[in-house]
Amino acid sequence: MTQGEMEIQLLAVVVAAACALPGTFLVLRKMAMMSDAISHAILPGIVIAFFLTHNLNSPLLILAAAATGVLTVMLVELLMSTRLVREDAAIGLTFPVLFSIGIILIARFAGDVHLDTDAVLLGEPAFAPFDRLIVGGRDIGPRALYIMSAVGLANVAFITLFYKELKIATFDAGLAAALGFGPVLIHYGLMTFVSITAVAAFDAVGSILVVAMMVAPSAAAYLLTDRLRDMILLSVALGAASAVGGFQMARLFDVSIAGAMATASGLVFLAVWLGAPRYGILAGRQRRIRQKWEFAETMLAIHLFNHEGLPEADIEHRIGHLEEHLSWERDFARRVVRRAQSNGLVQRTNDEDEDDLLALTPQGRKAASEAIENL
Amino acid sequence: MNIRVSDPAAIEVRDLTVAYRDKPVLWDIDLTVPSGVLMAVVGPNGAGKTTFVKALLDLLKISAGRIRFFGSPYEACRQDIAYVPQRGSVDWDFPTSVLDVVMMGRYGQLGWIRRPGRRERERAREALRRVGMEDFAHRQIRQLSGGQQQRVFLARALVQDARIYLMDEPLQGVDAVTERAIIDLLRELRERGRTLLVVHHDLQTVTEYFDHVMLLNVRRIASGPVDEAFTPDNLRLAYGGRIAFLRSADAAGPSDAIAP
Repeated sequence: MTQGEMEIQLLAVVVAAACALPGTFLVLRKMAMMSDAISHAILPGIVIAFFLTHNLNSPLLILAAAATGVLTVMLVELLMSTRLVREDAAIGLTFPVLFSIGIILIARFAGDVHLDTDAVLLGEPAFAPFDRLIVGGRDIGPRALYIMSAVGLANVAFITLFYKELKIATFDAGLAAALGFGPVLIHYGLMTFVSITAVAAFDAVGSILVVAMMVAPSAAAYLLTDRLRDMILLSVALGAASAVGGFQMARLFDVSIAGAMATASGLVFLAVWLGAPRYGILAGRQRRIRQKWEFAETMLAIHLFNHEGLPEADIEHRIGHLEEHLSWERDFARRVVRRAQSNGLVQRTNDEDEDDLLALTPQGRKAASEAIENL
Repeated sequence: MNIRVSDPAAIEVRDLTVAYRDKPVLWDIDLTVPSGVLMAVVGPNGAGKTTFVKALLDLLKISAGRIRFFGSPYEACRQDIAYVPQRGSVDWDFPTSVLDVVMMGRYGQLGWIRRPGRRERERAREALRRVGMEDFAHRQIRQLSGGQQQRVFLARALVQDARIYLMDEPLQGVDAVTERAIIDLLRELRERGRTLLVVHHDLQTVTEYFDHVMLLNVRRIASGPVDEAFTPDNLRLAYGGRIAFLRSADAAGPSDAIAP
């Protein structure tokens, strides 16, 4: 692996980690789409700051873009506060306008500089190693890597310092406000960090990858844990894995690096969504199947319990009768009986006979009476 | 008029008006809650009960009026006031544990940045014991039943160790056992001199559970000790004609009342 390739992967890992940190809170606050809005709407901020400074590397670009990001959030909330537009529509109305202002400004006034519209959307991490940071005449590595690391560390500092505040404002904004933690302030603080992250990452990897890295790893981590701290750490890990995996995919198939990384983050989410041990689709299906059988066994036990020792028991306690009485298919009834039998709830009086008399075991009687009590 | 009252009321509300644009939600409310009482706030749906609690907590902009707690405005005595929001107002799928939620009640005392430590954990455990949930400390909150969620919220208010408790429907959707346990706890708080203002939806139990009541329907219809304020006439004023059962409730006492 060449040094350039190493640098690209390292940069992508740092971008993924930096994005996953605020991304976790966006996902928990049901504001994932805000990352899409912010990562696009920062464009006019970058363009205007570039017109003012004529320098693509000016830190003013990041500040102006971050301010545009916060402005986007404010505009969305202003639209919502009129109660004439819902949040999703407000987001959909705001960011295309701002984004297209940026595009028009580039097309009209900056046709000849390195601010082209393709790079804006998809980005090109492969170019990152060419822009070196030179300190005192020495090349110390790609400039983007340093910028992204600084932003990543700022995110770590923000979330570590205000962990408790972010948690309470996200879980219970009402209580946060009542206790004096100003959830609106925390909200805009978070949005500022989302914006700074988005603009720094956008320069390195493009806006689609920013959205993917903010949302997919966090949404996947949400399905894997029940603790906020673990969710943050897992989303960083999953983001980093998507970045490296995406790069290897891009190399293997010779395709766009940013595109492959975004795809990898989607695949990671898909795998978790399907296979998460507790909240995944497959685990849920298995649970539902198990519950179906358990419920049927309990129903059988209650049915036997209700008629136990009564004259009609001789008729009621037969598989054939379950068909009429519980409207079970014969095959299903047999399987339920077999399961209840192996779980020690039910005994058969004659294993040879298909339609023999069923009887509850003491354990089955206990299960039935407990189920009735818990109704 | 510089008269100093030696023992100001726990909550004093004067001319409180809250409006969404030109539509008043609360209209010119005056209310005095004496210290050490257990007061119910009742009224029909849309009467502004939740809005009233939120206005007290400075959670929304009031159009007019003045609110004092022991003579001070809310910002001056946040620590003295515990808030139990409606159970449905938070996301119970949030990735956190029961103990963690209860510790949030200590965040106000901790202030910005400082993290909860061993002392906060111990107090949270103690509060969970008091609501009978000590075994659930490390449970993920999404596994709780409605009644358990309510107990957790109550424990979170208990760790605040406040003088005034504002509760929005703490008995909403809980089972009979939990309701009993919560009421016992509210009474215990009252015995220890705390003041409780509780939004309540079940008219049948008002006389049994509470000693004071406010009837609210955008305006304050009546307030005071239950036997003075909770009268059929006042209820009719608050609820309109929809309370035919009240006559029998009035005659037979709360336990024999027929559900509306």
